[in-house]
Amino acid sequence: MATQLPRKDVVIIGLGWTGSILAHELTDEGLDVVAIERGPWRDAATDYPPNFDQDELRYRIRHELFLRPDQTTFTFRNKMSQTALPIRSWGAFMPPNGVGGGGVHWNAETWRFLPSDFVLRTHLTERYGASFLPEDMTIQDWGVTYDELEPHYDRFEYLCGTCGTAGNLGGKIQNGGNPFEGPRSRPYPNPAQKQGFGHMLWAKAAAELGYKPFPQPSGNMSQPYVNPLGVRMGPCTYCGYCEWFGCGNYSKASPQTTILPVLIRKSNFSFRDNSEVTRINVDASGKRATGVTFVDTSGNEWEQPADLVILAAYSMFNVQLLLLSKIGQPYDPVANTGVIGRNFTHQTMSSVNGFFDKTKFNFNPFVASGAIGMCIDEFNGDNFDHGPLGFVGGGYLGQVQTNGRPIETSPVPKGTPKWGAKWKQAVADYYLSNIKSGSIHGSMYSYRDVYLDLDPTYTDRFGRPLMRMTIDFHENELKAAAYMTDKYAEIVKAMGANIVEKSPRKGPYDVTTYQTTHLNGGAIMGADPKTSALNRYLQSWDVPNLFVMGASAFPQNAGYNPTGTVAALAYWSAKAIREQYLKSPGPLVNA
Amino acid sequence: MRKRSAIAVAGAAVLILAYPAARGIADSSSPQDFAQIEHGRYLATLADCVACHTRKENGKPFAGGRPIETPFGVVVSPNITPDPQTGIGNWTEAKFDNAVRRGIRRDGARLYPAMPYTSYAKMSRDDVRAIRAYLMTLEPVRNPVVANQLPFPFDIRLSMRAWDMLFFTPGEFKPDSGKSAEWNRGAYLVTGPGHCGACHTPKNFLGGDKTDQALQGAAVQGWFAPNITGDKARGVGAMSEDDIVKLLKTGHNAITGVGGPMGEEVADASSHFKDTDLKAIAVYLKSLPGSGEPPPPPVAQNDPQMQAGQAIYRDVCSACHAIDGNGVPHLFPSLAKAPQVRAPDPTSGIRVVLRGARSVATDAEPTAPGMPSFDRQLSDAQVAAVLTYIRNSWGSAAPAVTPDQVAKQRGALANRTD
Repeated sequence: MATQLPRKDVVIIGLGWTGSILAHELTDEGLDVVAIERGPWRDAATDYPPNFDQDELRYRIRHELFLRPDQTTFTFRNKMSQTALPIRSWGAFMPPNGVGGGGVHWNAETWRFLPSDFVLRTHLTERYGASFLPEDMTIQDWGVTYDELEPHYDRFEYLCGTCGTAGNLGGKIQNGGNPFEGPRSRPYPNPAQKQGFGHMLWAKAAAELGYKPFPQPSGNMSQPYVNPLGVRMGPCTYCGYCEWFGCGNYSKASPQTTILPVLIRKSNFSFRDNSEVTRINVDASGKRATGVTFVDTSGNEWEQPADLVILAAYSMFNVQLLLLSKIGQPYDPVANTGVIGRNFTHQTMSSVNGFFDKTKFNFNPFVASGAIGMCIDEFNGDNFDHGPLGFVGGGYLGQVQTNGRPIETSPVPKGTPKWGAKWKQAVADYYLSNIKSGSIHGSMYSYRDVYLDLDPTYTDRFGRPLMRMTIDFHENELKAAAYMTDKYAEIVKAMGANIVEKSPRKGPYDVTTYQTTHLNGGAIMGADPKTSALNRYLQSWDVPNLFVMGASAFPQNAGYNPTGTVAALAYWSAKAIREQYLKSPGPLVNA
Repeated sequence: MRKRSAIAVAGAAVLILAYPAARGIADSSSPQDFAQIEHGRYLATLADCVACHTRKENGKPFAGGRPIETPFGVVVSPNITPDPQTGIGNWTEAKFDNAVRRGIRRDGARLYPAMPYTSYAKMSRDDVRAIRAYLMTLEPVRNPVVANQLPFPFDIRLSMRAWDMLFFTPGEFKPDSGKSAEWNRGAYLVTGPGHCGACHTPKNFLGGDKTDQALQGAAVQGWFAPNITGDKARGVGAMSEDDIVKLLKTGHNAITGVGGPMGEEVADASSHFKDTDLKAIAVYLKSLPGSGEPPPPPVAQNDPQMQAGQAIYRDVCSACHAIDGNGVPHLFPSLAKAPQVRAPDPTSGIRVVLRGARSVATDAEPTAPGMPSFDRQLSDAQVAAVLTYIRNSWGSAAPAVTPDQVAKQRGALANRTD
């Protein structure tokens, strides 16, 4: 029996990026907000001290910062005909845990999606005709446009102190930036980070091939920065321990280094850590959330009543909580009905390895940051003519080598023995003169048979069904990966590499090797309640006092890292709550 | 649904609760006298009453119960809410004045100078009357406190009579007509309600002020409260008035940041001072000459400790504090310029390296950057070397730190919970 807590105006599930943003916006509105976080409280320098944070074994290999699969996990299968099994060690993605969420361990690559990404189905149908799209591809328009999100992208970039070179200011293309990006209302708050030799050599080769290289937008600071909330960040030291690690130098944008210092000083904000929300409670009508139930580490069950519920957990946990709370109609891929679990996507990452003459090329790969690097966007979204190619989608290509960490960085050409003196010699030869797995950050579009539902067999420690992932690559994505990998390899060859090894993403989808943590969809936004769980303001169609943040709202993934868009959507939703919902609580869109 | 209205309701409830406690005591304060109550509220802020008179964990403001560490043992702060039984509700104005300005308890016994009546004596009777008027408006909290937990012989309050004769000079602040009004205001604030000397003035073996070394730095609560005179090398002489104002107001300036007990002071007290008062404090502190002693010659660059220290510094410190020791303004202190670094007594430096530290969060500077502990990573000799290097680089000079000093403090810190 849950113990009832005093009512709050707002309860937020999860205190990562979106939970922090919503908490900040809604406390500014005067509301009494409590956030409930499954993992522990975590700070910057005291939790990730620069004196031991650069511990590759602890953080990278042993997954220090991530959810322990013992606590909860997912089941996985490629095809609907298979039986899913639980993931017992993380591989393809790293579910975050604790205050700050994925904002603690990310690389801080802070992209915007293309304007055409938000109207994808309309755009592609207009350009290529409806029959050009694979029959089972279920891509949709988002219900929100780039222009609507622009001010919110801008707010997040100024919160984070994002470093970059604008490519499009108010419609005017700028030298040195990404000419394909949507118009920006103003420049980045900080200049781009300095780039390493390998990054610049790649950019030079790309430019010589006729592309327009630009620095990757980075949340690792190029200089000291004070954000609009008065929170300060220090310059990045290029230590090369960003992704999978926290930053104790106050140099990587995270909730801890941008927003939490202000949030925790507010008297109308409180949070509970080490407390896992087990369900969103709804009243008898099923149309109104009454709060949440959570369990602390002692096993005590608590009920937190609230007028407004913000679901801000990791994408798949958002979907799981909706299904367990029986909010929205579960997706049925056979009947093609229902919405919760629909349009689940990940990313299609490929890579290229370049081996260079060690007497001429010394890349010092250990001098790096999480979002360092030079990129081109010629092969992203619909920036190029897909007509002759027979696929849709794309991704940015980048020489974004983020580190030379010793355990992971042992590049050897194919055919080298796996161990012994020859292996050691090859590592010594190529550690400094290898371009490691440059990013080919491919999109993954949505399909009817890629989805989330509750597992029929496996349960968590509370006896709740685990979330089941059914996911595989489709031919469209694999074609795109092969095409982009070829393009990338041309650039590496032009740099002067002796050996170029291509690794385009191949099927089947493999849950054991890391791609990205960008799992998307399952509770998507849109204009039609028959094909989306949320309206354009991230408000549940079914329960209007529930808003669902995060990448679970993406109808399909784009060829970028998602955090910028996740945060822009959070600010967009917060604005709608502040300016429309609170004045007249109820559905913001009538369908 | 709005929080603001809830605060207003709570505020009204407090006023109603407070009324009966304040009623019935004849004195010259009127609960209607807004100007006096507001004056008292501000003086209570200047005097930082709330810091000592509030228990740290879930203590109600002014309800006492906080252990105050003295060189002779622990004294627990009393309840100064207007509760008639356990607070000051039944104290007359004269008795209250006696306690604040003369160190004499309501029953005639002597207070310990953990209560800085030696400084508060500089306030006027009207000042103290105003503080009392303000305290009488607070919510009465029933919280009995056993104040004296000192070991023998210090638990005998009678001994304080002799102490007062030796070390206590009663008397209100007398302005110096040769100085500006601003300087005089600063002198009053620093020596009176601000009681800066309580921490920053060295004490003799009986705990009395070494008045000839006023504000030149002293050991307190496992820290070294630095020299805050105008001494250019060891004090605040090299900081501008604006730097000092910023430090007291926000906890940070372009040179350094404050943590530890001073961080509490900034959070509770000086961040709420008027800017004109902060400026006056800066003017007064910068006018104090300090000891006039020249800094010692720096430890030679080729000293083995300096060479080891430089290597350690580059490895573990420079990522934040920078190779040139200048840090990042308002975020990571400049070890090249922060006077605390050059204190003759290296207690604070050793503590920060071993324990780590966190600077104070204020509305103006909410970041509150922290520094990690290096206790596990660095040996006594390594801590001594890196501190010696920091204290004798970039134009600084201070006595070398010995591994013994580090070892001693490592042991002492193991027993500290703060």
